[in-house]
Amino acid sequence: MTGRSGGARPGESPSAGLEIEALSMAFDGESVLSGVDLMVARGEVVVLLGPSGCGKSTLLRAVAGLEQPLAGRVLWDGEDLTDVPTHQRGFGLVFQDHALFGHRDVAGNVAFGLRVAGLATEARAHRVARSLTLVGLEGFEGRRVDTLSGGEAQRVALARSLAAAPRLLMLDEPLGSLDRSLRERLTAELGVLLRRLGLAALHVTHDRDEAFALADRIAVLGAGRIDRIGTPDEVWNDPGTVHAARCLGHENLVGLDDAGACALGRLGSGPGIVLLRSDSLSVGTPGEGVSAVVVATSRRSGRMVAHVRVGRLEVRVPVDESIHGVSVGDPVDLVMGHDAVVPLSS
Amino acid sequence: MRRALAALAVVVPAAFLGIFFLYPVGSILVRGLGAEGLRRLVELPGRSSFRGVAWFTLWQAVASTVLTVAVALPGAHLLARRRFRGRSLLRAAATVPFVLPTVVVGGAFLALFERLGLNDGPLRLTRTAGAILAAHVFFNVAVVLRTVGTFWEGLDPRVAEQARVLGASPAQAFRWVTWPRLWPAVAAASAIVFLFCFTSFGVVLVLGGPTRATLETEIWRHAVFRGDLASATALALVQLAAVVAMVMVTNRLQRRRAVAQRVVRRVPPPRASGRLLAANLALLGVVLGLPIAVLVERSLTRGRSGGGWGGFTLDHYGALADRLSLLPVSALGALRNSLVFAVLAAGLAVVVGGLASVVVVHGRRTAARAFDLGMMLPLGASAVTVGFGMLIALSEPPLDFRSSRWLVPVAHALIGVPFVMRVVVPTLRGIDVRLREAAATLGAAPARVRREIDMPIAARALAVGAGFSFAVSLGEFGATSFLPRHPDRLTAPLVLFRLLSQPGDALRGQAMALAVVLMLVTALSVLAIEGWGRRGTVRGDL
Repeated sequence: MTGRSGGARPGESPSAGLEIEALSMAFDGESVLSGVDLMVARGEVVVLLGPSGCGKSTLLRAVAGLEQPLAGRVLWDGEDLTDVPTHQRGFGLVFQDHALFGHRDVAGNVAFGLRVAGLATEARAHRVARSLTLVGLEGFEGRRVDTLSGGEAQRVALARSLAAAPRLLMLDEPLGSLDRSLRERLTAELGVLLRRLGLAALHVTHDRDEAFALADRIAVLGAGRIDRIGTPDEVWNDPGTVHAARCLGHENLVGLDDAGACALGRLGSGPGIVLLRSDSLSVGTPGEGVSAVVVATSRRSGRMVAHVRVGRLEVRVPVDESIHGVSVGDPVDLVMGHDAVVPLSS
Repeated sequence: MRRALAALAVVVPAAFLGIFFLYPVGSILVRGLGAEGLRRLVELPGRSSFRGVAWFTLWQAVASTVLTVAVALPGAHLLARRRFRGRSLLRAAATVPFVLPTVVVGGAFLALFERLGLNDGPLRLTRTAGAILAAHVFFNVAVVLRTVGTFWEGLDPRVAEQARVLGASPAQAFRWVTWPRLWPAVAAASAIVFLFCFTSFGVVLVLGGPTRATLETEIWRHAVFRGDLASATALALVQLAAVVAMVMVTNRLQRRRAVAQRVVRRVPPPRASGRLLAANLALLGVVLGLPIAVLVERSLTRGRSGGGWGGFTLDHYGALADRLSLLPVSALGALRNSLVFAVLAAGLAVVVGGLASVVVVHGRRTAARAFDLGMMLPLGASAVTVGFGMLIALSEPPLDFRSSRWLVPVAHALIGVPFVMRVVVPTLRGIDVRLREAAATLGAAPARVRREIDMPIAARALAVGAGFSFAVSLGEFGATSFLPRHPDRLTAPLVLFRLLSQPGDALRGQAMALAVVLMLVTALSVLAIEGWGRRGTVRGDL
């Protein structure tokens, strides 16, 4: 089992790729993952989104074969890899803090997988140069790794994994240790690169912006299981659970009483929590909706957000300043679109 | 007042080191490099007996080091990279041999060979190089296990995992990724082990017999046995030069080791597989556990007269109180001498080492550097150099200490001071500056800060250092064997050595009983001190 090339063999369904089946993991009897099912098709980028400690990294390590699962299977194109040792799986894994080989230069790092595979020196140099070009580090071959900046080191780590031509690329919070602006730039670059290479990719992050920027599908992980999985639009519009809604960045979660009511009126059929999608909320002039008062304003990515109070409830509403601005103390009406209320399960 | 205290902190350790170490070593140099000494020195290489001794000293040290590393590396991997029940117990237990008195270890191996029938026949180990190598491995496994194991644990496991993900087999990942990062630690540990084996004295004397001699035992034989101080001085010069060269190499290797980065591990290390654990424990059990077990067993049984098993007995322990026919003291009396000396030595070492530590941490740079290096010298130079230097320098005016009962504790304290400093200096340095700053912002004056913050932490470190020097003193053999002129002030290791060199079952059994008692006192004091000290904020290691 050494197939390291990405292309589908004839007769296989083109979408076949990674399949995780009912995977469970535990450390010292404490369950970390319980019954996770997940598929990543060729050419698809799946982002695992979740808070730290939810088991995202453990899932990647299990797929890579660095941890033995308690139960469940890991398959590629239908072939069971659960008992195949790490080095024969043909999967790439990029760690958060690069894990570069400090005793080798950049070229030595990038060439490692090729050397292990027994590639001749000349072909190796060629592939190294190509991989470094892919990540925008032409000519970095001779640099010592301890002279690299954080962003450069992460690119080298990525180039090293790409050079080995994995059939699945896994990225474990690869941008987590970088500052925000660099992270955003690299996220965009990474997205372009992954699309261009058409690799199956499984990317782990706790940053929802990164998830929305990269993913074909987002899987929200919470308490060792997948809460919600779907395209970015699907999971944003209907997060399904309270946990997923919070992970995705929704802020207006409203508790309902036994009759399904709150200060905004009757929003459901019984007790529970519903989501008010902020993109379906707006502030209007009195008479347009429920009367409220602005208690604070803030800005998110430059756009104004009004914190309005209705009864004892506080809701955050985006403000389109080209129509009219608001200031604290203004009486406003809260206008809800027809699809603003989304029921959530806890 | 403060200036006087500061001056005292410099003067006391400097005078102690100067009178009891530098002056004696200087005497060796002066004697050895004088006209008569030089003649002897130049003659040495031409003597085949010297060439044989030098060659044996060298090759046994190399072989011991290679064997030690081979035995300890799997265990270091186990401690660094696997999780299992009793991990810290194994770590502590593996350390015990390192602190045992050399003569006790020699006795344990004599008992082992006797029990396994290796005293004669084709597989004879008694009085062979093999016996010396085995005992050296026994001693030094802990050095490799601790230094390499700790270093290995600090290496980011993800780097090796990355190699595995990139397609490297476990063996390839070790060879290409782990080993290049690990070897500086292995080299540094090997250098220390080599130094220990090169300067090994008690083990060689007990197990090597008259035919197997190293530079150390030759110095002793010439100086104490034959009274030929000139030859001993020439040998001591050679030894000193070799040790100085080795310490320089070791220091270089140590510096490389400091490159390692610490990582916070997010995923717990994998559980050790049963087979890996069993194989490791079996290896360490045979190498470390068996000699001790046989020693204890032998001390509790009658010898085999005519081949049969004599049965259990406590007679050997009872005989410890008897006055020995060949010695002026009973074994118990010698043990009492040892305890008294050990307490005195620990006290001296704490005073001198404590003051020197303050100078190293808070003193002026030149003084700090000089003390940091100088106070370590007695540990680097061999115990035999310390003892022999004192023998030739302090037995004639102006410094005639021959009849002083302080000579032995002073020699032991010289060797104990580095141990105190190795614990106290890092602890003082490690006291979080923010603690002091926090105390100061809360209104504490500098003196108050020192009393409330520094003193309690330092006191614990001093106690740990005292414990180590106590244990070192109890088992000290190399330096002591040059010193006492009063037969009734023999220490337990010296009496044990005499008992071991006598034939006869009763004496042998008594020797084993004395060895067990000495081993218990030493091991318990070290384990207790270490267990207690580690709970606090005491740093540093041997």
